[in-house]
Amino acid sequence: MTSSSPVARAGDGGAAGPAPVTPHNVPHRGGPANPTAEALRSRFGDAIRRIDVVWGETTVIVARERLLEIVRWLHDDPEQQYDYLSDVTGVEFRDPEPPLEVVWHLRALSRRRFLRLKVELPRGTPLEVESVWSVYRGADWLERECYDMFGIRFTGHPDLRRILMWEQYREGFPLRKDFPLRGRFSRAEQLRQALAANPEARYSMEELSIADAFEDLPDDMRQRLKAGERTGE
Amino acid sequence: MGLSPRPEPRSAEATGGESWVTTKLDALVNWSRANSLWPMPFGTACCAIEFMATAASKYDLARFGMERMSFSPRQADVLICAGRVPFKLAPVIRRIWQQMPQPKWCISMGACASSGGMFDNYAVVQGIDTIIPVDVYVPGCPPRPEGLLYGILLLQEKVKREHMGDETIRREMEPDPKSGLYIPPAAIDELSEPFGNSVHQTRSGL
Repeated sequence: MTSSSPVARAGDGGAAGPAPVTPHNVPHRGGPANPTAEALRSRFGDAIRRIDVVWGETTVIVARERLLEIVRWLHDDPEQQYDYLSDVTGVEFRDPEPPLEVVWHLRALSRRRFLRLKVELPRGTPLEVESVWSVYRGADWLERECYDMFGIRFTGHPDLRRILMWEQYREGFPLRKDFPLRGRFSRAEQLRQALAANPEARYSMEELSIADAFEDLPDDMRQRLKAGERTGE
Repeated sequence: MGLSPRPEPRSAEATGGESWVTTKLDALVNWSRANSLWPMPFGTACCAIEFMATAASKYDLARFGMERMSFSPRQADVLICAGRVPFKLAPVIRRIWQQMPQPKWCISMGACASSGGMFDNYAVVQGIDTIIPVDVYVPGCPPRPEGLLYGILLLQEKVKREHMGDETIRREMEPDPKSGLYIPPAAIDELSEPFGNSVHQTRSGL
């Protein structure tokens, strides 16, 4: 954006003191944090490991053990009202030292606030974190995707299965750095395994058994359901 | 491991000559078939947008007797696979192909369907000819409607050259029972290294 833009000129006008933060004048690091961050620190103390402000967005790194408690408070507290979970995802860095991260993007629609929560999963520890499904029902598929791609287990999730890859997928977790881009198996073996998968096994057996269409299912599927099978193969 | 190659279509001379009636009937049947192909659109990506443009008024697929999209494989003649096919869809497209009654043909539309295209990764099939037999490959990313129309005209040429006396023409190609594939696993591995290229697998016969 050139300096002739009206917004940028308005920012330049205040010669005394720092330039106000405008959409065209956002510092890379630092700047005013989301007020929720201070509220979190005063309430949860040590569980708040770090607060970063990057490009005007606040990231709060919290302790893994208290994640669910913190998310529930952010959702329920009348001063915060983070009523919308827009994403759950994971991050793995190229270098072996930094820990894996799990990221939650929260929005308070009524207060126009955005907060990024992170939990660090150090190497050598089990990739587990509590599910926030009990707070946000929308976390269901987001956490399944995160599990599918990174292998991070969300404890307390009601139905933690793969969602993008098929259920019998054996090659691992595709977005991990140790996963080769073309997968681990040869093309012919990948194709053989994919073709061996049952196209009708996309739903969990629980889902199928409670569906209205149960009586219309093929006989063999009904038999498998009655035998308590979870996925078809 | 190896599958026997698809038998060459036998010409009328090799089968001892055909009578005037069958050749004329051939011409009539092939003419009507070629001009009333019902496509089964299997659109998964941007190629499907071009396919829709082909079917719309400017390019007008109806000129070639193909305006009747058959969204059920059991009433379809041509499977037009437009777009990339992930491994998760591989058993689905094979089942759709098996549900189509003979006579049936397949057009692989676009780079991704033909060879995996730019998606040389863990999730995408490197050419649908590793799952189902393909008659015409249409290159392009995505192909323009003219490209698809040219492919359709090539397919019509192929249909018009068929003989009723040739018993190999309607033979259902069975996958190899051991690997479940139409072409040998070693060939798939060789062709998909290093570029996921499968252009040598054409069986269009033209």
